[in-house]
Amino acid sequence: MNKREFLKGAVVFIPAAGVLGAVARHAAGKETAAKEPAAKQPAAAPNAKNGYEPSAHYYGMGIDIDKCIGCNLCAVACKVENDVPDEPFYFRTWVERYTITRDGEVSVGNISLGTAREPMREPVQDAREVVRTFFVPKLCNQCQKPPCVQVCPVNATFTTQDGVVIIDAERCIGCRYCIQACPYGQRYLHPKTRVADKCTFCLHRLVKGLQPACVEVCPTQARIFGDLRSHASRLVRFRRLNKLHVLKPQLNTDPKVYYANLDGEVR
Amino acid sequence: MRIPEQVKRLAIVIGVLVALTLVARFVLIPRSLTSTSLHWSLTTQRESAKPVKFAGSTACQDCHDDIAAKKAKSFHRVLACEGCHAPSVKHAEDPSAAKPVIPRDRTTCARCHAYDPSRPTGFPQINLTTHNPLKSCSTCHNPHDPVPPKVPKECAACHAQIERTKAVSSHALLTCTTCHKAPERHKTAPRTALPSKPDSREFCATCHGQGRAGTPKEAPKVDIATHGARNLCWECHYPHLPEGRP
Ligand code: HEC
Ligand code: HEC
Ligand code: HEC
Ligand code: HEC
Ligand code: HEC
Ligand code: HEC
Ligand code: HEC
Ligand code: HEC
Repeated sequence: MNKREFLKGAVVFIPAAGVLGAVARHAAGKETAAKEPAAKQPAAAPNAKNGYEPSAHYYGMGIDIDKCIGCNLCAVACKVENDVPDEPFYFRTWVERYTITRDGEVSVGNISLGTAREPMREPVQDAREVVRTFFVPKLCNQCQKPPCVQVCPVNATFTTQDGVVIIDAERCIGCRYCIQACPYGQRYLHPKTRVADKCTFCLHRLVKGLQPACVEVCPTQARIFGDLRSHASRLVRFRRLNKLHVLKPQLNTDPKVYYANLDGEVR
Repeated sequence: MRIPEQVKRLAIVIGVLVALTLVARFVLIPRSLTSTSLHWSLTTQRESAKPVKFAGSTACQDCHDDIAAKKAKSFHRVLACEGCHAPSVKHAEDPSAAKPVIPRDRTTCARCHAYDPSRPTGFPQINLTTHNPLKSCSTCHNPHDPVPPKVPKECAACHAQIERTKAVSSHALLTCTTCHKAPERHKTAPRTALPSKPDSREFCATCHGQGRAGTPKEAPKVDIATHGARNLCWECHYPHLPEGRP
C-alpha cells in the first residue's frame, strides 16, 4: 500500500469511526440519563415531601393587582433567598408603580430600586391630575414558548418538566442573547458569576414542598402560586374566578403568570 | 493466505485511531455534554439542591403555636412570620443557634401601613409622622394580633390613680369634665390634645364662693376674697382629694 492509498483509507475510516461513535454515544446517553438521576438524587431535606415527581406538576402564578399594596417584601425576600446581588438593577422580581394622569400620560416607576429597607417612594405627581395609580409585581412569566430558550447557542437554558425555565450556570457562556431575547426584561447578567440569571419559581423550595419566597412573604395574597395540573390548587381556583390577562399576549409567548384586574395600560 | 505487511500496519493505525476517538468521546467528554436529557436532569438537581433560607410559616407553628394560633385569627393572618422576623431557617432547625430579628422599629410596620396613594383603597394606612410619633408601634398594637386599640370611654382607663383618689374624696360626685374640658382626640392621641385645667381661683368660687348665686347647697362655702388669698386654691387643696383640713 502506498501513501496515497493510506490517505484514501483514512479519509473513509475516520468519519466512519465518528459515525460509529455517535451511534454508540446515543445509546449510552439514553441509558445513563435514565439511570443517573435516581442514583444521584440529593439526600432529601428533612421536611421534603418524599418522592417529588416533576412530571406530576406544572407550575404557574396568579397576580391580583387589586390586592398588591407595594410593600416590596417579595422583591426583598427573593434577593435573600436566591443570592441576587443587593445592588439595585439586579432583580428576579420587582414591583412597578403605574400612575395614569388625566391627560392620558402613563408613568412607570420601579419601587424596588431603593435599598432593601426603604423601597423607593418617589412622590406621585399632583394628586388632582392622577386618574389611577396602582402597583404591578413583575417576574419571569415562565413562558410555555420561551424566546429566551430558543436563542441560547449552547443549550444552557431549558424548561423543566414541572414547567420552569432554568439556566445551567455551568454551561452558560454569558453571551447575553437570552437577556436580549426576553420581551419582559426578566434576565440579567449576574455580576459575580458572569452568567445569565433569572426567576426559577424557587424550584429548590418547590421540591421541598415550600412556596416560592415571594409568595411566602406576600401579606395580602396578591401572589397566588400553584400547580396547573392539580384541580384543587389555589391557582386553578383563581383562574376560574377571575378574568385573566397575560403580559404582551401578541408575542405569542404563552406566559404562565396570569394577572387579574390588570389595567389596559400595563405593558 | 498471507496478509500483506502494509495492510496489517494500516489495520493497527486504524485501530488506534478508532480507540482514540472512542476514548475522547466517552472518557474525556462528560456525558452531560452529549446527552441532553442527562444534562437537564443534572441541572435540575443542582438547582433543586440549593439551600432554603425562608423556613416557611408552617415551620414556626410547631414551636410557637400560641403566637401562630393568635395570628391565624387576626388581621395579620396572611403575613409570614419571616416577613417581619427575617428569614430564619437556621433558627427553625436549631432555636439556640440563631435568633430571628425582632423588628421593634416603626419602619417595619410602615413598609405596609404608611400612606401611599397607589395602595388599594380600604387598606389601613396611617400618616407616619402624625400617628403617635416616636413610639414603637407594638406598644399600642400587638404585632401578632393588631387591632386598633379600643378607644377608652372612661378617663379612668388611663388616669386610674386620680380616679381612685377622687372616688374616696368629697369631690367623688364631680365628673372629670366638670373641671377639665377634654377634647375627644385626647383619648386617642393624649399628648397631642391635652384637656384644659382650671386656671383661676374664680373657677372654684363658682361652687365654693360665699354668698354667690347658683352654688350647690352641699358645697361648703368660704370667703373667696380673704380665704388663702395670695395662693391658688390647689396650692393648698389637692383638687382630686380636697379635704377641709389640709
Ligand atoms: C424547634 C422549635 C422552634 C422553631 C421551629 C422556631 N422557633 Fe422560634 N424560638 C424557639 C425557642 C425555644 C425560642 C426561645 C429561645 C431563647 O429565648 O433562648 C425561640 C425564640 C424566638 C424568637 C424570640 C427571639 C428573642 O430574641 O427573644 C422569635 C422572634 C422567634 N423564635 C421566631 C421564630 C420564627 C419566625 C420561626 C419560624 C421560621 C421560629 N421561631 C421557629 C423555638 C423555635
Ligand atoms: C407584623 C410583623 C410580625 C409578624 C408577621 C410576626 N411577628 Fe413576631 N414579633 C413582631 C414584633 C414587632 C415583635 C416584638 C414585640 C415587642 O415589642 O415585644 C415580635 C415578637 C415575637 C417573639 C418574641 C416575643 C414574644 O411575644 O414572645 C416571637 C417568639 C415571635 N414574635 C414569633 C413570631 C411568629 C412565630 C410569627 C408567625 C406566626 C410572628 N412572630 C409573626 C412582629 C411580627
Ligand atoms: C407585610 C405587610 C404588613 C406589615 C409589615 C404590617 N402589617 Fe399590619 N396589616 C397588614 C395587612 C395585610 C392587614 C389586614 C388589612 C385588611 O384586612 O384589609 C393589616 C392590618 C393591621 C391593623 C388593623 C387595621 C384595621 O383596623 O383594619 C393594624 C392595627 C396593623 N395592621 C398594625 C400593624 C403594626 C403595628 C405593624 C408592625 C408591627 C404591622 N401592622 C405590620 C399588613 C402588614
Ligand atoms: C400611642 C399608641 C399608638 C401607637 C404608638 C401607634 N398606634 Fe396605631 N392606632 C392607635 C389608636 C388609638 C388607633 C385607633 C384610632 C385611630 O384610628 O386613630 C390606631 C389605629 C391604627 C391603624 C388603623 C388605622 C385605620 O385607618 O384603620 C393602623 C394601621 C395603625 N394604627 C398602625 C400603627 C403603626 C404602623 C404604628 C407604628 C408606626 C402605630 N400604629 C403606632 C394607637 C397607636
Ligand atoms: C388614652 C389614655 C387617656 C385617656 C382615656 C384620658 N387621658 Fe388624660 N392624659 C393622658 C396622658 C398620657 C396625659 C399626659 C400625662 C403626662 O404628660 O404626663 C394626660 C394628661 C391629662 C391632663 C393633664 C393635662 C396637662 O396639661 O398636664 C388632664 C387634665 C387629663 N389628662 C384629663 C383627662 C380627662 C378629663 C379624661 C377623660 C375625659 C382623660 N384625661 C382621658 C391619657 C389619657
Ligand atoms: C374639682 C375639679 C376637678 C375635678 C373634678 C378633677 N380635676 Fe383634675 N385637676 C383639677 C385641677 C384644679 C388641676 C390642676 C392642678 C395643678 O395644676 O397642680 C387638675 C389637674 C389634673 C391633672 C394633671 C396633674 C396631675 O395631678 O396629674 C390630671 C391628669 C387630672 N387633673 C385628671 C383628672 C381626672 C382624670 C379627673 C376625673 C377622675 C379629674 N382630674 C377631676 C381639678 C379637677
Ligand atoms: C393658703 C392655703 C389655702 C388656700 C390658697 C386655700 N385654702 Fe381653703 N382651706 C385652707 C385651710 C388651712 C382650711 C381649713 C381651715 C379652715 O377651716 O379655715 C381650708 C378650708 C377650706 C374649705 C372647707 C371649709 C369648711 O367649712 O369645711 C373650703 C370649701 C375651702 N378651703 C375652699 C377653698 C377655695 C375654693 C380656695 C380657692 C379660692 C381655697 N380654699 C384656697 C387653706 C387654703
Ligand atoms: C361643681 C362644683 C364644685 C367645684 C367647681 C368645686 N367644688 Fe369643691 N366641693 C363641692 C362640693 C359639692 C363639696 C362638698 C361635698 C360633700 O362634702 O358632700 C366640695 C367640697 C370641697 C372641699 C371641702 C372638703 C371637706 O371635706 O370639707 C374643699 C376643700 C373643696 N371642695 C375645694 C375645692 C377646690 C380647691 C376647688 C377648685 C379646684 C373646688 N372645690 C371646686 C363642689 C365643687
